[in-house]
Amino acid sequence: MSVATLTSVARFPEGRRPLVLIAIWAVLLTVPFWLPLLGGYTALAGRVLVFGLAAMGLNMLLGFTGVLSFGHAAYFGLGAYGAGLTLRYLVHSTPLAMLAGTLLGGLAGTLFGMLIVRRRGVYFAMCTIAFGQLWYYLAYSWNSFTGGFDGLRDFHREAVGFGPLTLDITDAGTPFYYFLLAIFAAAVALMGLLLRSPFGRTLLAIRENERRARSLGIPVERHIWLSFSISCFFTALAGTLYALLNNFADPLALHYSLSGYFVVMTVIGGMRTFWGPLLGAAVFVVLQDYISSMTVNWMSFIGAIFILVVLFFPRGLLGTRRRIAAT
Amino acid sequence: MAQVILFNVTNGLIIGAFYVLMALGLSLILNLSNVINFAHGNFLALGGYLAFTLSPTLGYWGALLISPLLTALIGVAVERLMIRRIYNRDPVYSLLLTFGLAFVMQDAARYIWGPNGLPMGLPDALAQPVTADLFFITWYRIFMVTIVIVAVIGLFAFLRYTRIGLRIRAGTLDLETVASLGVNVRHLRTFNFAVGCLLAGLSGVLAAGQIGLNPNMGDDLLMPSFIAIIVGGVGSLIGTLFGGLLIGMAAALTTVFYPAASEAVIYAILMIVLLIRPRGLLGEEGMLS
Repeated sequence: MSVATLTSVARFPEGRRPLVLIAIWAVLLTVPFWLPLLGGYTALAGRVLVFGLAAMGLNMLLGFTGVLSFGHAAYFGLGAYGAGLTLRYLVHSTPLAMLAGTLLGGLAGTLFGMLIVRRRGVYFAMCTIAFGQLWYYLAYSWNSFTGGFDGLRDFHREAVGFGPLTLDITDAGTPFYYFLLAIFAAAVALMGLLLRSPFGRTLLAIRENERRARSLGIPVERHIWLSFSISCFFTALAGTLYALLNNFADPLALHYSLSGYFVVMTVIGGMRTFWGPLLGAAVFVVLQDYISSMTVNWMSFIGAIFILVVLFFPRGLLGTRRRIAAT
Repeated sequence: MAQVILFNVTNGLIIGAFYVLMALGLSLILNLSNVINFAHGNFLALGGYLAFTLSPTLGYWGALLISPLLTALIGVAVERLMIRRIYNRDPVYSLLLTFGLAFVMQDAARYIWGPNGLPMGLPDALAQPVTADLFFITWYRIFMVTIVIVAVIGLFAFLRYTRIGLRIRAGTLDLETVASLGVNVRHLRTFNFAVGCLLAGLSGVLAAGQIGLNPNMGDDLLMPSFIAIIVGGVGSLIGTLFGGLLIGMAAALTTVFYPAASEAVIYAILMIVLLIRPRGLLGEEGMLS
């Protein structure tokens, strides 16, 4: 445990190594060219990016601060509803919808984070689950405003930009994928900078040994609160992209099942690695897509994935690679 | 109006009783093993379905007795095969494990007993209203509340007056010391998990008579049970008891005046408690934190 932990700290961030970075971005940039050859469709890749961003946002808290939230679907869903409601009732502008959704989810997380920042471990997780379900019930029962159980429809993403610089993303094809990838890249770059900054290193110190961090004079609660809040902003941003991707927002985007999916994506990829959640999202989204097209008993398979990952594969894909490299 | 309020108070008492049984089981497992059992609602459904399957052969009363015990037995198997492996690991793994387990159990129930709701037959004596005026107070409802009261008193007496109960309570406070005094903590946790499942199974049988059976019947009870535990205070079973009754009654009374908010009021209570008394009504500072 301690050896693996130390190496992962020493090697952090692995995303800095140029070859790895070039490989990751080369794969992401060429998706529309090779994915159809493998029998995939571009919207699937869009979903990987969206869930990957949400899981990476969660991982800032889970993997890099050591605090477990099992309620991140709330902020994801709030982002989705914020964007959807803005497009439907206020303005037909994609950027403003994204801004509104991100602010809605992020600020809700910031306020709630204040209440629970002193809780730890499973108790913290339980509070996040319970609070997350509040939004699910709200979206579910406020029929006239949110569309209730059927979800929020009758909005669609608008072209972005002005005049000659307009990018038409209203089709589900390649331009929209690159739009998603651009947002994803900007968000991930910001996240990388944050984690590399003194603030990010302080989060690692709290994860490794909270008591010691406290005795060094680090305001632990304030850092955990900030980390929770920032993580919610990233996840909410991913939620707005989810609404744009589907032109639809439904209560299930707020349900704690989705929080569970985010956590399992993070663990499958490797929760102490920067890129792990994206890889986990890719694996999970593709598996889920495949399983749900093959069998009606998809719940058993998804549940089995959770159980198998926990029992036999707790370090995740990148975590395992790193451990082999360390020995 | 009085009739309406009485009707909803009765409902609140019954819903609260279910929350209490669910939440007490969850709370037992949480306190001793530090595991949030997402599958608890599925153990509830399992208890109900087992009673449905057994009652043609054993009769209602036999099924009422046997199905919670069988649920507890299945709980033992699940604990031994899976849950015990993650006790000393990061809490993220216990959550993922029980979450996956909940999916599998729900799908299994759907596969075995079908996706549609099933009615649970009751003995004729229980199905009658007590008086014609108060048609909503059937003997079954009185019976249900009585059973819950007996179960809760039994649980607290067991924890207070038996040696195993004492060890469970001590383990909640300091498991390491209990282990170093020679108590087999592995068995203690398995047993404790089984007691939690027994309570879930019992509430499943009772709930089946009231609302019928369906594969996700436990889901609606899970979240309020979490809230009952947080509101009552993590670490305190008495707190969980009051928490469950409080939110059950609050939700029912809200239904009288503004039905749409009956779910929201539970969350409002949660927020108020987290805001002004973060440890919960009867919780101790520092439990599980």
